[in-house]
Amino acid sequence: MNVSNFIVPIFVLFILIYGFKKKVNIYDSFLVGAKDGLLTIFRIAPAVIAMVFATNIFLNSHFLEFIFSYFTPILNAFNIPINVLPMALVRPISGTASLAIMSNIFEVYGPDSFVGRLASNLQGCTDTTIYVLALYFGSIKVTKTKHALSAGLFADAVGIIAAFLITFIFFG
Amino acid sequence: MVSVIWLFFIAVGSLFMIATGNIELLNEEILKGGAGGIKLLTEMLPLLVLWTGIMQIAEDSNLLDLFAKFVRPVLSKLFPSLPKDHPALGYIASNIAANALGLGSAATPFGLKAMECLQKDNPQKDTATEAMVTFLVLNTGGVTIVPTTVIALRLMYQSANPSEIILTSILATLCSNVSGLLFDYYKRRKKK
Repeated sequence: MNVSNFIVPIFVLFILIYGFKKKVNIYDSFLVGAKDGLLTIFRIAPAVIAMVFATNIFLNSHFLEFIFSYFTPILNAFNIPINVLPMALVRPISGTASLAIMSNIFEVYGPDSFVGRLASNLQGCTDTTIYVLALYFGSIKVTKTKHALSAGLFADAVGIIAAFLITFIFFG
Repeated sequence: MVSVIWLFFIAVGSLFMIATGNIELLNEEILKGGAGGIKLLTEMLPLLVLWTGIMQIAEDSNLLDLFAKFVRPVLSKLFPSLPKDHPALGYIASNIAANALGLGSAATPFGLKAMECLQKDNPQKDTATEAMVTFLVLNTGGVTIVPTTVIALRLMYQSANPSEIILTSILATLCSNVSGLLFDYYKRRKKK
């Protein structure tokens, strides 16, 4: 039994009952909003397809693995398994890819190993910056994004370093 | 800016695949590459439609306003350029709340709606407003309080204590978010 399993159903029921009590025509409201969502999907479709296309080429070329092979000696000196680094770098690009690497780390080293805990914290500390940027700005056709990317990547970098240090301090 | 990232991914990926003799794989990626995006969209579609429907009820019954009022003191400090009763604040708050609970996929519809609200008041439609950038920074930082997916996976791989990483995750996410917001704050100050 997980407490978080109750959050979504309670949230939905509360909105429906509250709306009904406030004499909102909840069914009609739902249809209006759902249509809105359908239009949103069409609006974001080009950005999503474009971004998934590009990230797939990049990730499947295994370019990252090639770069990391040069870092192996340094990482070994600090006792950090090589798998964690790709995960840290993939995290801002693709949520599913970093989840896949994390599952792999859990399978090989176990979730309670140092690497397993480090991977858990890496997954939690940030989100898929580049994907979110492309999706959110793409949906409203904003092309000049000011310092959004640099700020997002800066936050990611700090988060990744923080995850390393915190895992060392708490579980090292 | 997005163009640069897009080109970087495609060019580096393609050239590296050619260099390593994976030209067949590259052809396959290019010819079938659109399918991945469509798959993601079809996974998003039912959820997005359902949530925007339910959230419309919350909007029509003024529940969203009520929620926004509750978190307004904090949010208006983060978004000084928005008037205190701006409709986007309710969606921004819902997005952050959903993200905080680790319900990433539920957060996306709120985030998209928030961007739409912000775009309505944007005088230059192709340029991001200050509020948009701050919202994106907050969003890409991923304000996770309960990383539900990670805990579920740890449980699946028989962790003795799946939730032991909650506190450390919160600390890491705090570092990331605070630094992102400071970066954004500093950039905004510099321009004035």
